[in-house]
Amino acid sequence: MKRREFIQITGAATLAAACAPATRKTAETPDSGAPGQMLMRTNPINGDVVSALGFGCMRWPMIDGADGQRVIDQEAVNEMVDYALEHGINYFDTSPAYLMGQSEKAAGIALSRHPREKYFIATKLSNFSDQSPKASRQMFFDSLEQLHTDYFDYYLLHSIGRGGKDAFNHRYVDNGIIEFLREQKAAGRIRNLGFSFHGAKHEFDYFMELFDSGEMVWDFVQIEMNYVDWKHADGVRNVNADYLYEQLDKRGLPIIIMEPLLGGRLAHVPEGIARQMKEREPNLSVASWAFRFCATYPRVLCVLSGMTNMDPLIENVETFSHFDYLEEEEIEFLEQMATQMMEYPLVNCTDCKYCMPCPWGIDIPGTFQHYNRAITDGTYAQSKAQKDYAKLKKAYLVSYDRAVATVRQADHCINCGECLSHCPQSIPIPTQLRRIAKYIDDLKQDAL
Amino acid sequence: MLKKLRVVLAWIFWIGITLLFLDFTGALHGYLGWMAKLQFLPAILAVNVAVIVFLVLLTLVFGRVYCSVICPLGIFQDGISWLGTHKNKKPYQYRKENKWLRYGVWVLFVVCLIAGVHVVVTLLAPYSAYGRMVQNLLQPVYLWGNNLLATLSERAGSYTFYEKEVWLKSVPSLLIAIGTLVVVAALSLKGGRTYCNSICPVGTTLSFISRFSMFRPVIDREKCKHCKACELHCKAQCIEITKDSAHIDYSRCVDCFNCLDECKFGALKYKYAWKKEIRNDDVMPDTDRASGRRAFMAGTAIAVGAAALKSAEAAAQELAKKTDGGFADVLPKQAPQRGIPLTPPGSASVKIFYQHCTGCQLCVAECPNNVLRPSGNLEHLMQPEMSFEKGWCRPECTRCSELCPAGAIQKISREEKTEYHVGTARVNVDLCLEATGKSKCGKCAESCPAGAIAMVQQEAGRRPVITEEVCIGCGKCEYLCPVRPISAITVNGRTQHI
Repeated sequence: MKRREFIQITGAATLAAACAPATRKTAETPDSGAPGQMLMRTNPINGDVVSALGFGCMRWPMIDGADGQRVIDQEAVNEMVDYALEHGINYFDTSPAYLMGQSEKAAGIALSRHPREKYFIATKLSNFSDQSPKASRQMFFDSLEQLHTDYFDYYLLHSIGRGGKDAFNHRYVDNGIIEFLREQKAAGRIRNLGFSFHGAKHEFDYFMELFDSGEMVWDFVQIEMNYVDWKHADGVRNVNADYLYEQLDKRGLPIIIMEPLLGGRLAHVPEGIARQMKEREPNLSVASWAFRFCATYPRVLCVLSGMTNMDPLIENVETFSHFDYLEEEEIEFLEQMATQMMEYPLVNCTDCKYCMPCPWGIDIPGTFQHYNRAITDGTYAQSKAQKDYAKLKKAYLVSYDRAVATVRQADHCINCGECLSHCPQSIPIPTQLRRIAKYIDDLKQDAL
Repeated sequence: MLKKLRVVLAWIFWIGITLLFLDFTGALHGYLGWMAKLQFLPAILAVNVAVIVFLVLLTLVFGRVYCSVICPLGIFQDGISWLGTHKNKKPYQYRKENKWLRYGVWVLFVVCLIAGVHVVVTLLAPYSAYGRMVQNLLQPVYLWGNNLLATLSERAGSYTFYEKEVWLKSVPSLLIAIGTLVVVAALSLKGGRTYCNSICPVGTTLSFISRFSMFRPVIDREKCKHCKACELHCKAQCIEITKDSAHIDYSRCVDCFNCLDECKFGALKYKYAWKKEIRNDDVMPDTDRASGRRAFMAGTAIAVGAAALKSAEAAAQELAKKTDGGFADVLPKQAPQRGIPLTPPGSASVKIFYQHCTGCQLCVAECPNNVLRPSGNLEHLMQPEMSFEKGWCRPECTRCSELCPAGAIQKISREEKTEYHVGTARVNVDLCLEATGKSKCGKCAESCPAGAIAMVQQEAGRRPVITEEVCIGCGKCEYLCPVRPISAITVNGRTQHI
């Protein structure tokens, strides 16, 4: 079964193994784009022709600025944005919160060097700390200014879900912001209004109920989806992606995908898993499997990738320019890989940095990334009896000190719990930091 | 031949001891630790009878070879004076012994040693002076070099070299090290072994013995042509050649053997000198000899007395807009005032520790947890103390106790360390996050390895309480306390550790 056939019959089959049959009110997001060029999808609601690969503006490179503060490397961003546009990427997703609040400005500088109609801008109302009407409105107008534009193509209520109805009402309804956004939409400053979601099943259901009752008109929804979260999100605080997809597909809502690589973890999988992928497809990168997984699903409009430098950008453009749909059997293979991955003691961190800055100075994502990397690379000392134990121990401790400053390491966490509400993955951060601190202490004392 | 042997041995000792002070990885002290233990003053303070007897016998048989081969400061001075004089054909000439200075300093030193005026002892002792210079001045250079390699190693993805923080451990100690370097270098550039023969108390102590050494360089009056070649090359400036006499002051001769090679007439030989036929004018005049003997008797009596005294004592004792990423500032910690200083596990008591410690800085140079640093307190200037701004005294580490050549820190095992009570934590409730209701915390109670801290409910909120008998003073709570710059929980020393 080749790609055209596949997409044509998926409507009927609807990935029967993966999700329940869907009833569709609108067409899916049909492909366009010549072979060798960026895969394009058409938004069935408004006809926007969107690149299936979108540029996530959350992981741009940072350098030391003049005053010693970390600032975005604007030159690198300009180069990447130029390359992206040149190769068909036309969807850019940012937020006032990203990169210490610098992402929108950098995106604005890079994008405003190109004609406005060449690209779609997605940004968010990231009113996490101050939910007053004034602050939220200000955030909206600031975004317009930062991005040098009169309108947003896609505007999202940023990360709703956790806390369900109450939290949603507090952030958007009681303060009149939803009304304000409707006005902005009517005035043409918002073309599509949607939300990004992290949370449990019942919390998602609430937003679908709002849609079904006509109380809220969602034009699109952004969800976390990848072959691990498909069936292996923790299930309690975060609902599996297969359920989200099925619900949105049923309602004909275009889907934007975030975290297709889990913050790069699916580009760098444990060695045993990578080998199995290479055995099947010797010429395809590990990351390409994850992108192909997401874009194989027809209701997906755009798959966001937070590309940090030119190398992943070039590689991902390549993946989407010669796009190869996954076959059912390949999806099953990825499900096996996901199951195997769950057996590693990885921390489910995507390095989104929403938890940062920790008020006590801990480098939370740095600690998790370092720990995950050691497990993924197999350079993880597990027992004194292990072959090469001394070498692995030294490698872990030295690389930890290199990756994370001593005063920002896991042992300094005081369990204040400030980070917990910020983590989209619902990681019990203090508990995980304790687990890692204990591991390091055991390592130092040779007590493993 | 003898000179070559001396030079080779001196290089070995000098490099070994210097490396011992530079090495921060702990890889070398198993191999080189004995070189520190062979040092004279540390051995006296450690009441290390075997080493003392060995050094006394060594000097009695061969003269002050200790000063030329074992003492790192002596070898260091030879290096400096070589730099200053090797192009000079007549670098030195005989100088009279400066008796007042030499014995004055020695008496002062012994009195201070017994009376416990450690500043003077630490300042004058040669091994301490050398250790101080290396730890304060050379180790930072070594560490920067290491850190450069660590950077390259990081780029290459290798873990061979790792970064080691270079930090100023004590300003007074650094200034004194610079002063020591200037004085020692100036003296050795001008006058070879002036320090060793006018100031160094160890040199003076050994000189009481070396006057009577079994082997020494002897001038053969038959062959001597009074050309002064030997005198002009004597670093100790202790050979006096006049028209009709030739003698060597064996109290000052450090057995460098330079003179042996300088004599073109074969008149100088290092030989057995306890035979009767040695003429009077080959050695010291009778009067000198008598006074030397008296000095020797007095010196050994006092030294033995001091050692006995020591051993007796030893036996007795929020943001406006939430944006993602970035780091909150973390203020550097500052050391709190500690009523009683903290001395390392193995030191038995503060008193014993400071009585034995020569302030050589070896433990400071080696401490892998950045806990030990030279004290800035005048009473214990340059002698180490513990503090927890950059780390805590980790349970798996007993390195200082293995290294200390002076017996100030006795060797202890990991198991012993878990019960070694060097200090006790105390809480400042005015700073404590929980007690003041600023934040949920409990870090100290959670992390205490001894289980000595618990959080109890008070009216205002929870606060930590400490079970004093269980606390061992490791400093983990102080180091990890989130309150900065001064922790809300700090460790005060204990006079008696066990």
